[in-house]
Amino acid sequence: MRRAAAIAGIGQTEFSKNIGRPERTVALEAIRSALQDAGLDAREVDGLVRFDMETTSEVEIARNLGLENVRFFASVAYGGGAGCATVGLAAMAVATGQASVVVCWRARNRGSGGRPWAATGAGVPGDYQFTAPYGLVRPVDQIAMLARRHMHEYGTSSEHFGAVAVAARKHASRNPRALMREPITLADHQASRMISEPLHKLDCCLETDGALAVVVVSAERARDLRQPPALVLAASQGMGPEHSVMTDYYGPHFLQTPSTWAARELFAASGVTPRDVDCAQFYDAFTPLVLLSLEEFGFCKPGESGPMAASGALEWPDGSLPSNTSGGGLSEAYVHGFNLILEGVRQIRGTSTCQVEGAEISLVTSGAGVPTSALLLARR
Amino acid sequence: MVSERPLPAADDASEPYWQGCREGELRMQRCAPCGHLRFPPRPMCPRCQSLESGWVRVSGRGSVFSFVVAHPPLLPAFAERAPLAILLVELEEGDDLRVVGNLMDAGPGDVEIGMPVEVVFERVSDDVALPQWRRAGS
Repeated sequence: MRRAAAIAGIGQTEFSKNIGRPERTVALEAIRSALQDAGLDAREVDGLVRFDMETTSEVEIARNLGLENVRFFASVAYGGGAGCATVGLAAMAVATGQASVVVCWRARNRGSGGRPWAATGAGVPGDYQFTAPYGLVRPVDQIAMLARRHMHEYGTSSEHFGAVAVAARKHASRNPRALMREPITLADHQASRMISEPLHKLDCCLETDGALAVVVVSAERARDLRQPPALVLAASQGMGPEHSVMTDYYGPHFLQTPSTWAARELFAASGVTPRDVDCAQFYDAFTPLVLLSLEEFGFCKPGESGPMAASGALEWPDGSLPSNTSGGGLSEAYVHGFNLILEGVRQIRGTSTCQVEGAEISLVTSGAGVPTSALLLARR
Repeated sequence: MVSERPLPAADDASEPYWQGCREGELRMQRCAPCGHLRFPPRPMCPRCQSLESGWVRVSGRGSVFSFVVAHPPLLPAFAERAPLAILLVELEEGDDLRVVGNLMDAGPGDVEIGMPVEVVFERVSDDVALPQWRRAGS
């Protein structure tokens, strides 16, 4: 599948705390805009890949856009873990001839739509029956449990987490689409209130309304379209052993999230190594996930991610691995990580507001702490 | 208004666990052929794929493996208990057995990783007793 398919179009709505239109409408807007970006007619779309959690069905998308026939449709589970996998599935469909023009999207009014955890009911099934009765229901608490152990094992500090937040905001300050553009300092991070110790408010992503979409076609077709193609060098998924979704606390692999396994597959399939990656968009619902990802994707050894972030490695333009160059979930918008995919494409096109000069290979990762996926995009 | 506290909805695999808690015993699922202890409960042993398992009482002793201190906004049922310490306790039996709970006999400022704890049971409804934790020897 290496370089067989490419992202040829990207589209999105504005980001907002309250966008004022339903998820169905913003989904359609984002897809329409991605098709326009690619220069493709909606009638050419014959594949759709969505998140399981998406509230708009393929049928709704198809009959609103006037699609003639959808011959490939699929969805990917596990919330924010799905993003890169939607593109991976689309690329597989294109590479195997199951479809020729595939749209992937995420539309989520998480800013105005309320907090899913607040709807925790009285009778909790599944793995959460062992955690929710103790008040462990918010994603921030679930991830803080990993963060605390990382601090204990490796001496990671809250300031190390803060370095991730400061870098993201620095990048967002150059990005007119970003929700939060006022630069912050480490002192601001430390002064922001505690949400779930050891995590402060500025360790958390932004509750956002918005929608984004990409269009995947064959590499050959993409070369004839309007935009420079972002070739799908590799895409992978991973789950790891004895996983428990968001409460990945059981079994022998604590602090090795499904990203460890997705990373292994990704680099094996790509033929490149972490040293070849020019820039990265790491899933950043919470800052510690970026540190874990640096380790799990092989950019440093376990335990070294805190000092790496504190050294400025993630900062554009001078860091060794400019990361989350749009501001990411922490400062641009949190739309289940789908905005990271668009930024990964912009880096390949050369159109990021924090453009890494000559970027050839761009990494995007999806949800950490859940069954996940990852993507390597290439200019050629 | 304090709305209802989330309570476990037991299933076929977890019912013996909660039954043990109601009877004041912390029990773990043990694979009948290979003896591997597993948690959370599930039908099949991930080591030997056997569907045969039983339940054994464990010591109820462990140590704090990790913890968080949750600040508002919390679910209404927990709002009055903020800041709320939530522990991940590793049981002394090995096999990487870890369970989540609260610390019942001290505040969040007293928690540290490695702290030895022992189980107590908190009766939260007619049908449900939750395994909880206090400092060992207290």
